[in-house]
Amino acid sequence: MGPISIRNITKSFSTPDEAEAVVALDDVSCEIKAGEFFCIIGPSGCGKSTLLHTIAGFSKPTMGAALRNGAPITGPGPDRTVIFQEYGLFPWMTVHQNVEFGLQAKGVGKAERKEIVDGFIDLVSLTRFASRYPHEISGGMKQRVSIARALAPDPDVVLMDEPFAALDSLTRDLLQEEILRIWERTGKTFVLITHNIEEAVFLGDRVMVMTARPGRVKAVVDVDLPRPRDPSIRAHDLRFLEIKNELSHLLRAEVVRAAAA
Amino acid sequence: MAAPDTRAVRSAGAQARTRAFRFLKGAAARLRHLVLIPILLLLWEGAVRSGLANPNIFPPPTAVFKATVDLAEAGLLWADIRASVLRVAVGFGLAAVTGISLGLLLAMNRKVAAYMLPLVEILRPISVIAWIPLAILWFGLGDHSAWFIIFIGGFFPIFTNAYTGACSVAPIHVQVSQCFGAGRWLFLTRVMLPTAVPYIVTGLRVGLGVAWTCVIAAELIAATSGLGYMIQLARSMVETEKVMSGMIVIGAVGFLMNSLMLWLEHALVGWKTPN
Repeated sequence: MGPISIRNITKSFSTPDEAEAVVALDDVSCEIKAGEFFCIIGPSGCGKSTLLHTIAGFSKPTMGAALRNGAPITGPGPDRTVIFQEYGLFPWMTVHQNVEFGLQAKGVGKAERKEIVDGFIDLVSLTRFASRYPHEISGGMKQRVSIARALAPDPDVVLMDEPFAALDSLTRDLLQEEILRIWERTGKTFVLITHNIEEAVFLGDRVMVMTARPGRVKAVVDVDLPRPRDPSIRAHDLRFLEIKNELSHLLRAEVVRAAAA
Repeated sequence: MAAPDTRAVRSAGAQARTRAFRFLKGAAARLRHLVLIPILLLLWEGAVRSGLANPNIFPPPTAVFKATVDLAEAGLLWADIRASVLRVAVGFGLAAVTGISLGLLLAMNRKVAAYMLPLVEILRPISVIAWIPLAILWFGLGDHSAWFIIFIGGFFPIFTNAYTGACSVAPIHVQVSQCFGAGRWLFLTRVMLPTAVPYIVTGLRVGLGVAWTCVIAAELIAATSGLGYMIQLARSMVETEKVMSGMIVIGAVGFLMNSLMLWLEHALVGWKTPN
């Protein structure tokens, strides 16, 4: 059993303008292993963000359960930190203070906090920008701050909700390489939601493909590419392109189905 | 690495020069907009001198100016300004402390807020003037009544703004706080309070304006010093130019207070404006 275990989760929302409840997730099960880089892809509205929010503890399943080390997840907690697509940085705090926030919440002492924060700011190459405010730095830098903030309290699981979707493609490629390097160094469990197939193959150990609404597990594909992975495999590695094709095929059918519905 | 931020590389000297230029340009425009005031004063002066208006009821600007200078030279004006400002300091200080604390406290405890807010909404529309008789019954004539009136006037805008601001924490910031397991104190001081600061500062500015009008109202009826008392006394002796000079001083002090609060607003909420 992995550190995160999704057991037959169904999630439905009742909306005022629709007579019936909308089923976002329908009987979703999966096991996420310790230290694994687990990616989830699916068409828009397939409930992949809802699934991540359930693991984070923001959302409770209608049926089924999300387990963390065998115990049901009852709410958010610093053992599972989240990197949001919209960064979620506090605009009134500097880069340093933003990264420090999780450590303050954890009750880490001041001197130790500074040491840890400096270390993680260095890890994401933002030492020169430590005293800047979020509005003074670029989108890519903001997401780096968010990464450092998520890692600083030493969580077991890092949850990423389409973290690079708002960034331009070059910045996205660089951040993917950076997140891969960080994952290799920390050995933590990473769960990544994305709609970018290449991103999922480049980063993941396994990729779970979800169906169009209601979200079900369509397939879980092993990415049997050796590590450490070089950025060049995205263009040249035949196995990489093969897996990417396989996933494209699976996902395409779902996107078509979502468009027809 | 992403591209370095070129905005920050621009020399500080060039920035200071553009800022100075913009300031002068703005000042010139503002002066131009004041042109109606001297024209009006001239017409008024002319109307009185030509016998069109009764100088006992409409003393000319020169007489008002002379009265102001006389009051200032005799030291009476300063004593009255001091008395009024001190009253505002006490009443407004009380309103600020209770308004901000209660606003934040209720935002942290929405269930309690649901019981308290209707109460506030019922008391709020009662004009401050309507509180004066009750204030006199409770506290008698003097400072205590004035403090109470100013407190009532200042409290509502300060509380309402603080509460609204504290309730406006972005959902994603709530999620981030929950996700990192932030306690109530950390959330209050590092998330809710900074979110509310722009609203609080606006509330303080509006509250101070109301407090300043309240002190005059209170002094007209329930005090024996201050600018409100001064114009009331001048009225009873039909010294219209003194009444008017008192009014002008009230306006000037209120303007200064508002400018001070605007400056404070700019200084405290600097992170909100990228430029």
